[in-house]
Amino acid sequence: MNAQPLLSVRNMTRTWDGVHGCRNVSFDLYPGEVLCVVGESGSGKSTLLSAVSYQTRPDAGSVWYDTRDQGFTDLAALPGARLRLLSRTDWGFVRQNARDGLRMQVSAGANIAERLMAVGDRHYGELRRVAGNWLQKMEIDAGRLDDRPVSFSGGMQQRLQIARNLVTHPRLVFMDEPTASLDVSVQARLLDLLRQLVTDLGLAAIVVTHDLAVARLLAHRTLVMRGGEVVESGLTDQILDDPQHPYTQLLVSSILQS
Amino acid sequence: MTTQHATVERDDHYNFAYLDESTKRMLRRALLKAVAIPGYQVPFGSREMPLPYGWGTGGIQVTASIIGRGDVLKVIDQGSDDTTNAINIRRFFGRVTGVATTESTPAATIVQTRHRIPETPLAAGQIMVFQVPIPEPLRWLEPSETETRTMHALAEYGGMHVKLYEDIAQHGHIATTYDYPVIVNDRYMMRPSPIPKFDNPKLDGSPALMLFGAGREKRVYAVPPYTRVKSLDFEDHPFRVETWTECCDLCGSRESYLDEIILDDAGTRRYVCSDTEYCNDRQAQQRAGGIPDEAAA
Amino acid sequence: MRATTPMIEVRGLGKMFTLHNQGGMRLPVLEAVDFDAAAGDCLVLAGPSGTGKSTLLRCLYGNYLATEGSIRVRSGNEWIEMVGAPEQRILALRRDTIGYVSQFLRVIPRVAALDVVAEPLRAAGVDAEEARARAAALLQRLNVPARLWGLAPATFSGGEQQRVNIARGFIARHPVLLLDEPTASLDADNRKVVIELIREARAQGRCLLGIFHDAEVRDAVATQTLELRPALAATADMEQ
Repeated sequence: MNAQPLLSVRNMTRTWDGVHGCRNVSFDLYPGEVLCVVGESGSGKSTLLSAVSYQTRPDAGSVWYDTRDQGFTDLAALPGARLRLLSRTDWGFVRQNARDGLRMQVSAGANIAERLMAVGDRHYGELRRVAGNWLQKMEIDAGRLDDRPVSFSGGMQQRLQIARNLVTHPRLVFMDEPTASLDVSVQARLLDLLRQLVTDLGLAAIVVTHDLAVARLLAHRTLVMRGGEVVESGLTDQILDDPQHPYTQLLVSSILQS
Repeated sequence: MTTQHATVERDDHYNFAYLDESTKRMLRRALLKAVAIPGYQVPFGSREMPLPYGWGTGGIQVTASIIGRGDVLKVIDQGSDDTTNAINIRRFFGRVTGVATTESTPAATIVQTRHRIPETPLAAGQIMVFQVPIPEPLRWLEPSETETRTMHALAEYGGMHVKLYEDIAQHGHIATTYDYPVIVNDRYMMRPSPIPKFDNPKLDGSPALMLFGAGREKRVYAVPPYTRVKSLDFEDHPFRVETWTECCDLCGSRESYLDEIILDDAGTRRYVCSDTEYCNDRQAQQRAGGIPDEAAA
Repeated sequence: MRATTPMIEVRGLGKMFTLHNQGGMRLPVLEAVDFDAAAGDCLVLAGPSGTGKSTLLRCLYGNYLATEGSIRVRSGNEWIEMVGAPEQRILALRRDTIGYVSQFLRVIPRVAALDVVAEPLRAAGVDAEEARARAAALLQRLNVPARLWGLAPATFSGGEQQRVNIARGFIARHPVLLLDEPTASLDADNRKVVIELIREARAQGRCLLGIFHDAEVRDAVATQTLELRPALAATADMEQ
């Protein structure tokens, strides 16, 4: 059992108007662990993700992260430059819409290699080789390295966005509804790819989704959100098979049986 | 010999150098800050000038704020002293300052330029003023001004290499040939204005002071004398300047930047030095028997 | 009776379901369950359907949350209390100590049967090649034809899926193994293989708990029987 969590959230609140958003959220995330935050629209899950990744500052509470060089640190104490560096190297953020997370006007290779160039890699041939490997890992034909993402299908764009985020070997990846914009068959493929990557790379991840099947497939643990609060948390299989909270029971019973 | 022009009659309906004294002071403060932080873009209150944006208002304002009665001004446009713009700007300063003007680089104390650095090396004590259309090297990558300022503050320049990477991916080499981005003093990324990359090495460690003014964008920046200016590249695609197989048709130079001139509908071409002063000087030396005329050889 | 290492200690275990969406109806399924199980045991859960046999197994895996009582499991030299344990602890137990063969294989699309079976070994740190080799050997024993190993089990028959499930459960040699109707869809030959696997597991000192619909299998493997009665106090009958 890991002694030290990778990320610790304590009594965190972030609201837009004092009411809407997320309130009083606490959880720990351990290395290599996937946590799903499930909830319906308006439950506050996207706000939670945004606040935990410090893209917006929490109104109250704290978020602690185990940085590589400074140990377990309160993110509020990090200067802006450090936080930006952290989010570009040790973290990834995968957006629901791939277009929001990619540079659509440059090639797939440039998209993947950008974070490496940002940390100082200056060998073109090497950058290209690494980018090509990542394309293959994401099951995209390596011959498309110089193509722009506009010419990719939605599923390919999303896989490209993921590759772009993983190239610096982050330890923590935030994902906001990574499959919501995709067709069902494409979703299955992407989820499976994510599942493998998480295991192979030892990634920790926080995945926001409204789809319980995504939680079942990807997550060790799940938080259930409603009206801005976490109503239940536990092992994913326990949440889905033995839901305790009335809202969770309602959510689980609403899944159409296949 | 290059032409030393007759002093133009100063029109004293205008304040010396056209700008009022407060504006000059504001600009000088901005320029001091720019010199103190090499390559950093300093905002300034760009004034309405008697010519539209895109015609060198930034460069003119910089020159206007630093020029004094004892200065000697040279103005070039694409390397030439005798294009319409160069003539007009030179005449403008003549009218509002009465200072002497020249076509000779060694004789000038201030050289205002659009899109070239003279071939003749500059000396300590000289000032080059560059006309800049877009000062922000990251603008193509990031449209937001607040974001690009943050990127400069944090030296987040990886995105610029994305552009170079993309060039190599699409064209096999870095295709940018002018306004080639540089890092100044190992810190700030800068656009050297649309000078050909051929001229970038002239910025590195130059004894002259380089000042850059963008009127529409309202920014000035500077490279102080003897400052390191390094052009961006990759380890396996190092920075290279342009080369020609031809030499100048008029003076035979193999060292200067050549313009390609098409002479007729059949596509007959001629290559001549872009820097007219440099070319004329060499021709004069050849006539006087000083240097061999390689073109004639 | 030879002395053996106790592996599981359950005291006063109760599981009550509260169905909030049915007016808060409360459903007691387990009540005051007590038993012990040791290394080398195969404890069979018996009783009519609806008496909570599956529920008990799920509580032992942390899949259901016990509402009262205690479940202690030996992990290495420590005893771990599962009721109320933090999630990381349960995850660690599942990885290292407690294996579970569910009644139906949960099919993940696109993952080959071989990798489904190899996965518990990979999670324990065994390298890919060795894990796959051991998975292949086990699938072979269970008569799953080699041509199926590279395919995802979604299209397999019920019996084939169940054999993949069994292989996955037995492969990592967890000290405790929970079996929920492992032979339900199997023919006589494959039932025999499962009986052999259970016997070998017992001989290796593993502690098994199982629900067996089939009387023949039950009789062949059981060392203890736990009779569950509808939400009444249960007793453990010792055989031999």
